[in-house]
Amino acid sequence: MEWGPLLLTLKLAILSTFFLVILGIPLAYWLAYTKTKIKPVAEAVISMPLILPPTVLGFYLLLAFGNSGFLGNWLNEVLGIQLAFSFTGLVVASVIYSLPFMVQPIQSGFSNLPDNLREASYSLGKSKFTTFSKVLLPNIKTSLLTGMVLTFAHTIGEFGVVLMIGGNIPGETRVASIAIYDEVEALNYASANRLSLVLFVLCFAILLLVYLINNGKRFWR
Amino acid sequence: MILCKFQKKLKGASGEMLLDVKFSLKKGSFTVIYGESGAGKTTLLRMMAGLISPDKGNMKVDEKVWLDTPRKFELEPQKRNTGMVFQDYALFPNMTVEENLKFASGSKNNKSHLEELISITQLNALRNRKPSTLSGGQQQRVALARALVRKPGILLLDEPLSALDHSIRGKLQDYILRVHKKFNLTTVLVSHEPGEIIKMADHVLVLENGTITKEDKPTAIFTKNKLSGKFQFTGEVLEVKPEGVVTILSILIGRNVIKVICMEEEVKTIKAGDQVLVASKAFNPVVQKI
Repeated sequence: MEWGPLLLTLKLAILSTFFLVILGIPLAYWLAYTKTKIKPVAEAVISMPLILPPTVLGFYLLLAFGNSGFLGNWLNEVLGIQLAFSFTGLVVASVIYSLPFMVQPIQSGFSNLPDNLREASYSLGKSKFTTFSKVLLPNIKTSLLTGMVLTFAHTIGEFGVVLMIGGNIPGETRVASIAIYDEVEALNYASANRLSLVLFVLCFAILLLVYLINNGKRFWR
Repeated sequence: MILCKFQKKLKGASGEMLLDVKFSLKKGSFTVIYGESGAGKTTLLRMMAGLISPDKGNMKVDEKVWLDTPRKFELEPQKRNTGMVFQDYALFPNMTVEENLKFASGSKNNKSHLEELISITQLNALRNRKPSTLSGGQQQRVALARALVRKPGILLLDEPLSALDHSIRGKLQDYILRVHKKFNLTTVLVSHEPGEIIKMADHVLVLENGTITKEDKPTAIFTKNKLSGKFQFTGEVLEVKPEGVVTILSILIGRNVIKVICMEEEVKTIKAGDQVLVASKAFNPVVQKI
């Protein structure tokens, strides 16, 4: 059994989820409470990965990240970061690709909280930040958990984007879904089967855990 | 002295409406904003708290400017010395009763004041409970205590009792009156219950379609013929029972049921369930030391 691709997949999923938590919470907060006119545009951009074929997204990212692309060139020259066909590039692509899965649940979590909670906190002299961290965030734990699990699971299941931007470099970009495809192409069914079964069980276990937690609300309240 | 002058275009259920009000409140007074739903009562209260910005307006509290739109000045809600109680309580669900109060007190943790509030609102037994496990009346007591933790000068109450049933209402009215007097608050209550208003307020602003149409003492507004009665209570008629020439009314005042003998003429329009004012001229009351 080859554990490399599986470990790489887990590493990618954990890192992507971590960065998405940091990025997704402020973004969702802004979307939930902003009155700006460009909100629909921002929402559309963030939600694009939901419907855009992963290959299209991967293709554009490849163009942008590649050394001939403006962004890729600048990153390579100035910071010495190579995004195309590298693990770092995979993380960046995953973050973009899974962004709506993190932002949407959190945004709706914020929107569903009664406005009175915020106002009560303001009228008690609390700043926006204190209100956010002590009142709003603790009351959308379930949405946060949903966002985290969805992005984690979504990253595990990623295929098209990874293939386009990362290729199939063992130990660097060869995640489990790619490895499975590779083994099948090589008619190596037994190996593909083993990897598939692990992913299958893993995904089921994650979702089961979420539903168990959500049903036993005591844990979260 | 609190001076308010607000103007704001509102989009209500019945189309656009201009809220245009000007009023002053005496320090230590208990004022009720009375009016039909949709008249702009809640908006008015929220403007005082700084939660809604008026299009145009001024607000001054004891010579301190809170709002001056021509000069583009608006004091944030955080810096206003107000305590707000919301209709649906707005307790923080992630905190226990005690944590809700402590959150309000923040770093300036004045323990004796906190304990005093807990004892006035009788929350001692509930302090470790989460809001979701409390009844409506209990939640509103927490909300009232929480609004007072920071020792506000102005207490704003947005229909705090409308979701509660009758017996609990009376009790909460007493709590509110008690803290109003004890902490020398200037209180503004949004209400549309004449009985409640006569019991609690010393001043009423009648709001109709965004403007103040009447402003007076509660009894002057809610009783058509002025009485010189010295004892006045409001209550609910439980039973109207004709007995020959006279009629006996059973009236619930507070928690007491009293029976009043009336002439048939007087009670023609009164039926069970009506809110009534009971007044007596005070030439020979019984006074007893207790």
